[in-house]
Amino acid sequence: MFRQLPRTITAFGIGLAFCATALSAEGLVVSNWDGYMAPDAIDAFNEASGNSAELVLHGTNEEIMGKLIASKGKGYDVVFVSSPFAEVLHNLGLADELDHAKIPNIANLYDEATKLEHDPGNMFSVPYAWGTTGLCFRSDLLSETPDSWMDLLAPSDSVTGKTTMLATDRWLLAAGFLAKGYSVNETDEGKLGEVRELLIDAKKTLLAYDDTTFYAKLVSGEAELVHAWDGWCNYGIGENADIKYIIPTEGSDLWVDTMVILKSSENKDAAYAFVDFILDAKNHGWAAENILYKVPNEPAMAAVPADLIATFPNMGMTPDSLVGYEQLRDVGDATRAYSRIVSEIKAAN
Amino acid sequence: MTDRKSFYLMTPALAWLTGLMVIPCLLILALAFFRRGTYGGIEYTFTLENIGLVFDPLYASIFLKSASIAGLSALIAVIVGYAAAYAIAAAPAKRQPILLFFAVLPFWSNYLVRTYAWIVLLNREGLIASIVHSLGYEGELPRMLYTESAVVIGLVYNYLPFVILACYAPLSRLNPEIAEASRDLGGSGWTTFRRVTLPMTAPGIATGFVFVFVLSIGNFVTPALLGGGQFQMIGNLVYAQFLTANDWPFGAALSMFLIAIMMGLLTLQTFATERASGARQEDT
Repeated sequence: MFRQLPRTITAFGIGLAFCATALSAEGLVVSNWDGYMAPDAIDAFNEASGNSAELVLHGTNEEIMGKLIASKGKGYDVVFVSSPFAEVLHNLGLADELDHAKIPNIANLYDEATKLEHDPGNMFSVPYAWGTTGLCFRSDLLSETPDSWMDLLAPSDSVTGKTTMLATDRWLLAAGFLAKGYSVNETDEGKLGEVRELLIDAKKTLLAYDDTTFYAKLVSGEAELVHAWDGWCNYGIGENADIKYIIPTEGSDLWVDTMVILKSSENKDAAYAFVDFILDAKNHGWAAENILYKVPNEPAMAAVPADLIATFPNMGMTPDSLVGYEQLRDVGDATRAYSRIVSEIKAAN
Repeated sequence: MTDRKSFYLMTPALAWLTGLMVIPCLLILALAFFRRGTYGGIEYTFTLENIGLVFDPLYASIFLKSASIAGLSALIAVIVGYAAAYAIAAAPAKRQPILLFFAVLPFWSNYLVRTYAWIVLLNREGLIASIVHSLGYEGELPRMLYTESAVVIGLVYNYLPFVILACYAPLSRLNPEIAEASRDLGGSGWTTFRRVTLPMTAPGIATGFVFVFVLSIGNFVTPALLGGGQFQMIGNLVYAQFLTANDWPFGAALSMFLIAIMMGLLTLQTFATERASGARQEDT
């Protein structure tokens, strides 16, 4: 009885949450971040394939993961998630084992993109975009070009109060791990403690934690040096050419956003067709040229105009140099320790 | 009205509240007694671990911090709001509705927009800074945005209308003859206010204070936007458990305590108001 009750409760909760999706779940359901693919991509796919795919949006990896775990993947066919989360979906048995024969365009991927640490051979995930995390700064306002994570974590007096850091657990901690020369997936308690102290000290020098508007703060001059994903720094560069991006000498993480087909999908053929459609050089190239994120698609990147790369130099990073950085991996139970340390940092005065 | 009629009339509202608020809240609270799975799911084995974790010094200190920010906001809102309500109640009867209308006008716009407006005002390159600089001040202003003060300012601003309305109601119902009687008996203006007006309007003050406190302690938008993510209040912690740490059971445990605090305060306030109005009736 006591074991049944929770299940009934969950079933009821999930039922409430998903009846909206279930009602319209006849076609393919794709979940992606807002603005992360061409606005007409779904329509173009439907027209070309005769499907009735539907796009739903998620704000964060964690949000879509919560829904997928609660529903065991039901209600979704293709999801866009960052690689550590793709790994979790695989570990939970929710990700489909990919049949490459149904994705001919997978041949467009760079060789490096088929050997990624989190999923060598693209067994359960297909990389959609990749890049680095580094420093984005106003070259006209800083007296010296930053080249170390410590320039962000222990800024000089003139920059104090004019820096921001990413607030998402993994990247916030990664800045500390890299500065200390540790793995971005470190789980050793002693090392986690050192990074916590470093980041608590860094907090005292910050303007704010900011995941979404840091480039706008650079443009307005409110901030001069920010912790940023390369693609988002490009939005700042687009508005002010004095904004530059560098990877500190200690290195970066390699982040990879991927497409995962859910095992529970009832529209598998359409799901494969969609992934293949995105991997088409022209469609995938749209992301590179419009969202200014590097895509791991060789013909797509080859078609990116040279002047775009001149304006946004980080678009020109080679796959070879990208895979030299360590990827964020799923750290299992250490996720809880990470989350607690971030709470401790945020609660510190 | 017959009992049956009032039952029928109340049914839609009760059904709405029960089905869409009470039951979902209970479902969330029930999660507090289960374990979080390694990947953020829920393991249905009973545990009191999450409840215990709430009392961990780290999270208890976040609770206390939230309570102090909410308390300070409520105190400032009550002082400012009571003064405004007093002035409105003292204005000519004809003008009072217009003044009240202006007091609650901000409520008609979106909470998020109003909070962003403060970012426009307070940021280093913002409106206040540019006005000060255009007046000839060259130096750097002290930081205004992304501070604890900015969070308090945002909370006070957003919830002030509640206090004005809560204090205006008893102030406007106050029989002016009572104050006159006090003055006739030799009470000065200040004594009359302190010994007569203030005690008679205390329930309004209590209502205003509790409202601001309760709304502030659970708030997560204002600390996130005006605090620059550097001040974690309990609302932010709950948000993080549900949306980033994927630890729903702990998030549920935190919410349970938050709801308990709010319900406790609202119950106290209701009793206090009842007692005050009961006492007044006995007096007359």
